[in-house]
Amino acid sequence: MKSNRVLLSILGWVIGFIIFFPILWMVMASLKTEIEAVATPPSFFFTPTLENYFVVQSRSDYLNYAWNSIVISVFATLLAILIAVPASYSFAFRPTKRTQFKLVWILSTKMMPPVGVLIPMYLFYKNMGLLDTHLGLILIYTLINLPIVIWVLYTYFKDIPQEILEAAQMECDGLLNIFLYILLPLSKSAIFSTSLLSIVLIWNESFWSLNLTAFEAAPLTTFISSYSSPEGLFWAKLSAASTLAILPIMFLGWVTQKQMVKGLTLGAVK
Amino acid sequence: MGSINLVGVSKSFGDVLVIPSVDLEVNEGEFVVFVGPSGSGKSTLLRLIAGLEEVSKGRIEFNGQDMTNLAPAKRGLAMVFQSYALYPHMSVRENIGFPLKMAGMPKSEIAAKVQEAAKILNLSEYLERKPRQLSGGQRQRVAIGRAIVRQPKAFLFDEPLSNLDAALRINMRLEIMELHQQLKTTMIYVTHDQVEAMTMADKIVVLDHGNIEQVGSPLELYRAPDNLFVAGFIGAPKMNFLTGGEASRYNATTIGVRPEHVQISTSSGLWTGKVGVSEHLGSDTFLHVNVEGQQSPLTVRADGEVQLNYGDTVYLSPEEDKVHKFDNDGKAIR
Repeated sequence: MKSNRVLLSILGWVIGFIIFFPILWMVMASLKTEIEAVATPPSFFFTPTLENYFVVQSRSDYLNYAWNSIVISVFATLLAILIAVPASYSFAFRPTKRTQFKLVWILSTKMMPPVGVLIPMYLFYKNMGLLDTHLGLILIYTLINLPIVIWVLYTYFKDIPQEILEAAQMECDGLLNIFLYILLPLSKSAIFSTSLLSIVLIWNESFWSLNLTAFEAAPLTTFISSYSSPEGLFWAKLSAASTLAILPIMFLGWVTQKQMVKGLTLGAVK
Repeated sequence: MGSINLVGVSKSFGDVLVIPSVDLEVNEGEFVVFVGPSGSGKSTLLRLIAGLEEVSKGRIEFNGQDMTNLAPAKRGLAMVFQSYALYPHMSVRENIGFPLKMAGMPKSEIAAKVQEAAKILNLSEYLERKPRQLSGGQRQRVAIGRAIVRQPKAFLFDEPLSNLDAALRINMRLEIMELHQQLKTTMIYVTHDQVEAMTMADKIVVLDHGNIEQVGSPLELYRAPDNLFVAGFIGAPKMNFLTGGEASRYNATTIGVRPEHVQISTSSGLWTGKVGVSEHLGSDTFLHVNVEGQQSPLTVRADGEVQLNYGDTVYLSPEEDKVHKFDNDGKAIR
């Protein structure tokens, strides 16, 4: 029993380390010089330098990208939640014969490779004047994340006993009151953790941001990729840029990890 | 206070007709129990009255006014659910006060009403607790409290005691009856338990497959069931049914006689049988007697002290005026 525990925790640490290793490697590389960063065999002991960070900051405007990432991920998430809550509500509490089909259909849109619609989307964005705008990215990220947000909220709403809502229906007039006094307080943690999930997904998305933005509305993923350019691969600077890019989201994740785990295991453990 | 009238009410879910057509009058202040096996449509009927389901055809009237298409909250009815349906994020005080808050009542008035209801239901000590910190009986009391503060025109109960253990169930049954005596408000109560129906109701509505089989006072249903279904459903233990030669002696296809209306003797009687298993309740003993020519054993109520063993031969005679006769369609012959 006890040796089992020890073994399990060793296994946990090993898996944790494997998952964490790329991040550790990236942070290490960001503190090396370009030559050290590409050296074989890699050096584990070196004199750390912050030079890469200074170069990155002076060459590109980090705050501009970070601000764009924040604006886009927050607003796209808000919009997705705003659309998904009523959608999930009706799927969960007013199901019809076609509800299951619709849910699967909604999810199936996630299975399409984005590159398949790149050209039409690009042309559409170009004609609508949405290229390199916050609005453009907010719209596309809302649509991309909507299926997942709807599904997570749907699964949560399904767990709320129907009778509670029926009792509310007997006692308060109008859907809005039921929503404000019963549904929202009951599902606020679900909505919160779903929002976090959505923000993380948007933060890390790079396909559409690379193709639809240049600088004005470009988020941090674009910022990172500018260091892997035709002029050559600047490994250490790329690492410094990446570290900077994931810093805010890592901080958010660390602060809200309890909520996040709760949200991801919704319905799984009851 | 109110009377409720169902006129030709029917309900289908998609292509499935659950309630073909129901006409029913519930008088002001009456305690009406809908009883029937599961799938009989009793809960659906209650939900139609509550407005939680849409009526497919027909009318529901309240004090003569049509309220078929009125939103549930506007009907002035209060409902108590089987699972209590308390709001988990609210304290007992907030749960009970919620309908009043929604009705826009001033805070001081709400507080007074909640206090009063809590006193009636012995909940005063628990007002600050959340539902999950309460026992099943307490939760059910909160649900009832939430219903009574509204002073509804009628109470609707949907199997409110099914989730409670036996002892508590009998207690709550008495409490609800007491409540009805105090408030004199119309109550409609749904249950599958015929004992609950018999003990609580002024009027019982027996349902099967969405049809009303019979409406009447508990004793009317006990004394004169209209058909085989009601005869078999009301009364515990169940009425004994005999067919074949025994029935044709009474010019009927089936005859029914209740366990308490069969005389048992060791010397002579109309039917001969062998004692099967017996259930000793102390006050009574229920004997299961295998009668020649009948497929299922007859249940007979005997004295609690009766001394009969498995396999003993006994003679049974029904009380002639208590024999129920049914025709080919299962309808009572009177």
